[in-house]
Amino acid sequence: MSDPLLSVSGVSKRFGGFTALQDISLEIRAGERFGLIGPNGSGKTTLINCISGVLRNDGGSIRFAGRELGGLSAHQRTRRGIARSFQVPRPFRSMTVLENLLVALDYAVIGHGLSAREADAEAMAILGKIGLAEKAEALSAQLSQVELRKMELARAMAARPKLLISDEAMAGLAGAEIDEVLDTLFKLNAEGITVIMIEHIMQAVMRFSQRVMCLDAGRVICEGAPQAVMDDKRVQEAYLGA
Amino acid sequence: MRSVPFLIGAAVFLTAAVTAAFVVRNEYVFFAGFVILQFIVLATAWNILGGYAGYVNFGTSAFVGVGIYTAVAVFKYAGAPLYLQMLAAAAVGAALGLGVGLLTLRLRGIFFSIATVAVTIIAETLITNWKFVGGATGVQLLRPPPTAPFESYIKMLFVVVAVLVVIAVALARYIQLSGVGRGLRAVRDDEVAAECSGVPTLKLKLLACAISGALMSAAGAPAAMYLQFADPVSAFNLNYSVSALAMSLIGGTAHWIGPVLGAILLATTQQFLTVTISSEVNVLVLGVMLVLFVVGAPDGIIGLAKRAWQRWGRR
Ligand SMILES: Nc1ncnc2c1ncn2[C@@H]1O[C@H](COP(=O)(O)OP(=O)(O)OP(=O)(O)O)[C@@H](O)[C@H]1O
Ligand SMILES: [Mg+2]
Repeated sequence: MSDPLLSVSGVSKRFGGFTALQDISLEIRAGERFGLIGPNGSGKTTLINCISGVLRNDGGSIRFAGRELGGLSAHQRTRRGIARSFQVPRPFRSMTVLENLLVALDYAVIGHGLSAREADAEAMAILGKIGLAEKAEALSAQLSQVELRKMELARAMAARPKLLISDEAMAGLAGAEIDEVLDTLFKLNAEGITVIMIEHIMQAVMRFSQRVMCLDAGRVICEGAPQAVMDDKRVQEAYLGA
Repeated sequence: MRSVPFLIGAAVFLTAAVTAAFVVRNEYVFFAGFVILQFIVLATAWNILGGYAGYVNFGTSAFVGVGIYTAVAVFKYAGAPLYLQMLAAAAVGAALGLGVGLLTLRLRGIFFSIATVAVTIIAETLITNWKFVGGATGVQLLRPPPTAPFESYIKMLFVVVAVLVVIAVALARYIQLSGVGRGLRAVRDDEVAAECSGVPTLKLKLLACAISGALMSAAGAPAAMYLQFADPVSAFNLNYSVSALAMSLIGGTAHWIGPVLGAILLATTQQFLTVTISSEVNVLVLGVMLVLFVVGAPDGIIGLAKRAWQRWGRR
């Protein structure tokens, strides 16, 4: 079997005296669809922050595509192929939706020499896929919460990632819209992009993921096939006991 | 090409400046004009970091003062001509910008601004204690004769600063329209999101700091020959910091034309007031105008113009 695309081993993260992540290890194969679940405050976003370089992990190591990530800043990791969406949207407020994507196309997709027209076309294609095409020229500050979430995902896609991490991109979406976003993620995955999905919407995680990991209080409590994780007593206790 | 109108504008401006230098007799015009052009450069330079990247710099006077004293030093040491004084000042200004950037750019918001004030105080203190350039009492400078074809030094200074205006504005415009400008805007809007979109935020901020610092110091340098005197208190005058900031905000920070308009408006008003009333009134007027704009037109003159344009277009 080939080396994993992402390999996290023994990662921990403390905020002052509080341990948000403790000894987390996980491996994700190229092309995999991976679900990350856990009750509120269990450390999912913190783990993503450590992988994407927004936060520095205190211990352990993270390798991506065969390379140690420690010491690399977030933009270097993005350029190596890790893109993520933000759970609490972080739009570039002074820019239009299209321009938000162009930032990523300008800066994350390097070495391809995209012309302005090609970048525009690619950004529009992504907006079309995610259902934001008619908002392309709107100022991102004027989008609704749901639209902002979609733009988060679109901007991450514009970075042409190998690994796409979606942090609750579906929160607040209704049934049909969830299906649309799921469909988009499935398509991306079919194109060869590895996806980590963080969601509280269980049906979505169950349908999407080939493998699921559940965190609780900064520790991995269970990992395996979706149904097996759902049926696990510790997982049910973590969600009920919270 | 969208650059053609700009190039024509720059050519017209330079031609007008040079023509004026040979046609207009009244030297006062050039004394006042020099200051106005100098402030256009300072406001434009300020905006590259303060406007595009959103890092509010209170240290313009540090860069101006360092520019003036670089000019003084190379002039006293080697009799360097004006253009070399300005080039040396630009190099030192760029280095200072990089250094200050490395030390302070990890600070966000108000902490960065406070750090830039500290830089001014440190720079002024160092110069005050440097005997070679006159220390606290200042230094008298004997101006060489003007270079042909200029028959007066002040007219030569005027034209030289006009050239610097074109360089500064062209740079600011280039940055705004290029990918660097979009990257800096991303930094201003959200630095974490910018990083995660692949933007090398620290590198871009350092670049903005270095360019902004180089332009500010280059704009400061000719003031030594302009006054034929330099002393730390006036070289590091806080007025430079306040004016550059106020001019950019009043003009509007989102577009390169904003600081140009703000500087023309404010510096002209200041020159007029200095002559008619007193230089103390300047500060008051500056303060009042800044408050009026911050409250009434937060996007500055260009914001007002845009709104007027849209209203007009809807009819
Ligand atoms: N920057 C920070 N400083 C201090 N504490 C933090 C910080 N970021 C996260 N935490 C804490 O770490 C814990 C894990 O937070 P995290 O956001 O990773 O949880 P999560 O699993 O993403 O939760 P949710 O499902 O609500 O998004 C929480 O207790 C949170 O308060
Ligand atoms: Mg979270």
